[in-house]
Order: sequence, then structure tokens, then C-alpha cells
Amino acid sequence: MPETANQKDPLIIGGQTFDSRLLIGTGKYPSDDMIPRIIAASGSRIITVALRRVDFEADTDNVMQHIPGHMQLLPNTSGARNAEEAVRIARLARAIGCGNWVKIEAIPDNRNLLPDGHATLTATEILVKEGFVVLPYINADPVLARQLEDAGADAVMPLGAPIGTNRGLTTKEMLQIIIDEIKVPVVVDAGIGRPSQACEAMEMGADACLVNTAIASASDPVAMAGAFARAIRAGRQAWTAGLGSVRWQASASSPLTGFLYEQTGTP
Amino acid sequence: MSFYDRYTVFTGDDPFRRLASATGCEVQRVLGKRILSWEDYLLLLSSAAQPYLEQMAQKAHAQTVAYFGRTMVLYTPLYLSNFCTNSCLYCGFNRDNRIVRRQLTLDEVEAEAKAIAGTGLRHILILTGDAPAMASVAYIERCCAVLKRYFPAIGMEIYALSEKDYGRLIRAGVDSLTLYQETYNETLYARLHPRGPKRDYRFRLDAPESACRAGMRAVNIGSLLGLDDWRRDAFLTGLHASYLQDRYPETEISVSLPRMRPHAGGYQPEYDVEDRHIVQIMTALRLFMPRVGITISTRESARFRDRLLPLGVTRMSAGSCTAVGGRTADKETVGQFDISDERSVPEMAAMLRRAGWQPVYKDWQAIG
Repeated sequence: MPETANQKDPLIIGGQTFDSRLLIGTGKYPSDDMIPRIIAASGSRIITVALRRVDFEADTDNVMQHIPGHMQLLPNTSGARNAEEAVRIARLARAIGCGNWVKIEAIPDNRNLLPDGHATLTATEILVKEGFVVLPYINADPVLARQLEDAGADAVMPLGAPIGTNRGLTTKEMLQIIIDEIKVPVVVDAGIGRPSQACEAMEMGADACLVNTAIASASDPVAMAGAFARAIRAGRQAWTAGLGSVRWQASASSPLTGFLYEQTGTP
Repeated sequence: MSFYDRYTVFTGDDPFRRLASATGCEVQRVLGKRILSWEDYLLLLSSAAQPYLEQMAQKAHAQTVAYFGRTMVLYTPLYLSNFCTNSCLYCGFNRDNRIVRRQLTLDEVEAEAKAIAGTGLRHILILTGDAPAMASVAYIERCCAVLKRYFPAIGMEIYALSEKDYGRLIRAGVDSLTLYQETYNETLYARLHPRGPKRDYRFRLDAPESACRAGMRAVNIGSLLGLDDWRRDAFLTGLHASYLQDRYPETEISVSLPRMRPHAGGYQPEYDVEDRHIVQIMTALRLFMPRVGITISTRESARFRDRLLPLGVTRMSAGSCTAVGGRTADKETVGQFDISDERSVPEMAAMLRRAGWQPVYKDWQAIG
């Protein structure tokens, strides 16, 4: 059984049930041949793929041929600069048989690769109406996350740090608000560089993490995929087990109310 | 506002004095920084940075892998026409050169497209000389109508155009522009381009920005290293790229590092750009602009290109041919420049895989 498998605590997105809370990517690997081994080591059930990289004509050197049939495909709109382009790419992905899931990436900023919240919301509204299962990639903005939930998004994917930076949960405060407030699954996407950071996101109550760069750029990506799987499982277990509350000072005595229990002397 | 306004600040020698006064300590300080200013970039191009090339390379490698992964986008050039009205002293297509002039018919374009698509490549770069009466915008549009059937991504490297004409060609299916300023030294530029429309320095300088404004998805600039002091041209190329990235964040900006090669015209570069200089430029540029695309063409030798792989390159040409009709015609014309790396697409792909890099044949999908 994969390290992340947990039949009693499944991740549910778009009405589908998954026994892993680690989502993985297909970009940045030294070779696409590695993808099946990454999938096996990670136990992942959902994999994102950039439509821009999918070659519908090629018999070989096609990323799709490396993705086993049991995986839920999550085409992403990488390269879209606005809502219109994101919608077009999503429709194209569905038309060529990549299914009706889509991760919306609407990125008008090639320097920091930060998503455009307004464009993402517009694209979500359109694609939800067209029957897509929509997972928007967003900045860690609780207000936007709520608007996307109201628009019918099936999950929200706030970033932990700018994509590719491996800097961890730099948006932690806002992520916590999103996790606390949003009812649809919260998938922390982008910026997670270490298994311990993924574990922390899960301990905070995130429903899942998407990890690509940290796995793909590791010296041994397959081993790193296994490390992330275990970290995410540990973080989730800790969350469901109920973490003890954090105290800032020792609390052995009751200086303010202790008098209530003091024995009074007999007259 | 145009890059020219920014450029004029750097026309004198003053800003470049830093090149001579830079110290190793200053370079080390820059290597510890997260975000580099243009002054930092200049320091990394100085001779004081040369002892730190390995450190620069390590950092450039880490940043490239983080942002682009171990992937290399492959493309190949397709020369449509070599008619030219310019007399660029360094170019094989110079109108005074007695070479066979040709322009592909649409049937020939299709034959070349089929041959290239058969190699698996999905990124094509179309090139022409500067003869708008022959290779007109309308001709390019017609070529794109053919090429769109074979390639989801069409780049072009042709004469400078207006924003309106870039818009026309974007609608025809072109999604990326490559346009080299050749040299940013305006005086030298005038001397190297004695006749023809390319003489207009300012029009060419502003053309990449016109393409950004027209909505071009990707814009690739560069200078022909060796024409002028490479430190100055490399610096101004980076400054230009950074200017475009700041003002047009939705456009993917990239930089090519072409080095002068021998060609039919016989012009010899005035400045010797050594391999270590290319490494210095590439790694300095990567540290200055972590997400900029960097292209290395087959002007460079196979051996050198293999060594450059981990240092910041994101795009390489493969299976190149710089002659018009070179892939299918019985008699090919003389190329624009001589190719050093003559490896085929499968050979390049095999080399990349051996080195731990994934060859990417397709990195864009036309959605128009």
C-alpha cells in the first residue's frame, strides 16, 4: 500500500475520492521516463500537466504516454496571460481528450510568476458553467478564495511562496485563514521546498499539497517523492489526531484563581 | 518612453568606469545578494569577476534548475528568403555579396515544414533577409498559414516591423519574435549598416517593444557578440531585456548570445569573445534576470554547447540549416553563417538525455 494511502480519510475533489493528498507535476524532470517511478514512490493519484507541453501529434516523446491510466489528469493552463487564454486552453484540453478537470493558471507576470486573481475568477466563472472541475491557482488571498468558492471552484490552490522558489510557507498567516474559512479543499501549491514544509501545511489543516519543483530538482527525484509522501501523511495524521494547543509560557500554577481552592484555617 | 531614453544615459564612458574599478570584494558582495541591480550586473561582467566564474556558474545553475527544471526547449530555423536590401558588413546576406538569391514558394515552405515536423520538433523559427518588396508581411502571412498546420509555435526573425505589422503577424499565427540589435553602439551601428532600411538604429531598437505592445507572447533580443566590446553590448542587452520585462511582464523575454562566426562576406569580428567570456555573460545574465530565457544557437560548437547546458541555457537550436531551401532543395544556397554544431535533432536529444536534460519539442500551443 502506498505510504499516503488512507481509505478512511480520503481527499474528495469534484465528487471523486483519492487515497493520496500529494498532487504532483510533470514539468522540470530530467526525463519524462521518470514519471511512472515518481507516481509509484509518491502514491499520488492526481497529476498536473501543462497543455502547452502536450504534443498531440508525436508518437514518442509525449508526456502523456508516461502517465498511467489510473491517474486523475489535471491539465493546467500554463502560458495563459489572462482569463480568455486560460478558458481557451481549458477548452482545448477537454476537446483533445484530457478530461474536464482544469487547474487555472492566469499569469500576466513573467518576472515573479504571480497569478492574476481577477482573471482567475473570471475564467473560473466561465469554466464552472461549462461543466469543468475547476482548481484555480491563486495567491494566498482569503477574499479571492471565498469568491472562487462562491463561483463554484472545486478546490482552491493558494501558493505557499512564489513558484519554483522552494521557500516554504511564506504566506502562512493567510493560508491559515483560507484553511479555516473555505469549505472546498485547500491544496497548497507552489513554493514548498522541503517535506517538512509540506508536513507543516498539512498540520495546519490543508487538504493536500501540490509539489513539483522540490521533487523534480532533487538529486534523486524518486526518493524525494517518497519523502514528501511520508511527510504529507504524517502532517495529515497529526491534524486528524488533534494537535495540542501551543502555549507561550509554562502553566503549572494558577496564580489568579488558586485562592478558590485554598484551605481556610479552622476558627 | 522608449529604451532609447534609458540607453542614452549609458552612451558615455562614465557608467562603464565601474568595469575598470570593480574589485573582487564587490563581486563577492554581489554574489551574496538575492536581487541584482544593473550596477551589480555590470560588476559581474567586469574582469574582476573572472576569478569567480565557478561561483557564478554554481548559482546560475541552481537558479536555472529551480525555475526551468532540467529541460531544454529545442527549435530549428527555417530560412524563407535571402533577398536583402541591406549591406550589413558582417552578414552573409549582404546585398553586395554575390550569392544565389532565393525565396521559397508556398509549396517549398510546405515541403520544408514536413521535413522539419518529421523530426518531432514543434517550434519553428522563420527567417528572411530585409527585402519587404520580396518577403513582404503578406508573404509571411501566407507562409504562416502553411506552417500553422505543422507547428503549434511559430517564431520569426525577420526585419524590424511596426506595431501594426506585428499585430498582423500575431493574428497570422506568429507567437514569438527574435530581433537582434547587433550592437548597441550607435556610432558603430551606423558604420556597420551603411545602406538599407536597417540603418535606422532607433526603429530597430524600438521594434521589440512594438512587438510587446502588439501582444507578442515571447520576445527574444540579443547583440552579435564581437562587433563591439562584448562587455558593453552584453550589459546593454541585459539592460534592454530588463527594461522590457519590467514594462511588459506578460511577455516572455529572452536573450540570445550569438557570437560572430566566419561567413562568405569575410568580415572579421573586431573583438575576440572567448569561451570564458560567453560563460561570464551567460551566468551574469542569469543572476541578474533569474527568469529570462537564454538561447544558444548552432553558431557554437557541439563541444562548447554541451558544456554550456547547465549554466543557464533554456533554448537550443537543433538540426539547423541557414540556407534557403536547405533541407529539401536539390541545390541549396549559401547560408547566412556557418553552422558549428551540425548535429541532427535525434543526436541533440540523445546528448541532452545523456547529460540529464529533457529535450522539450513542444512548449507552446497556439490557441488563436
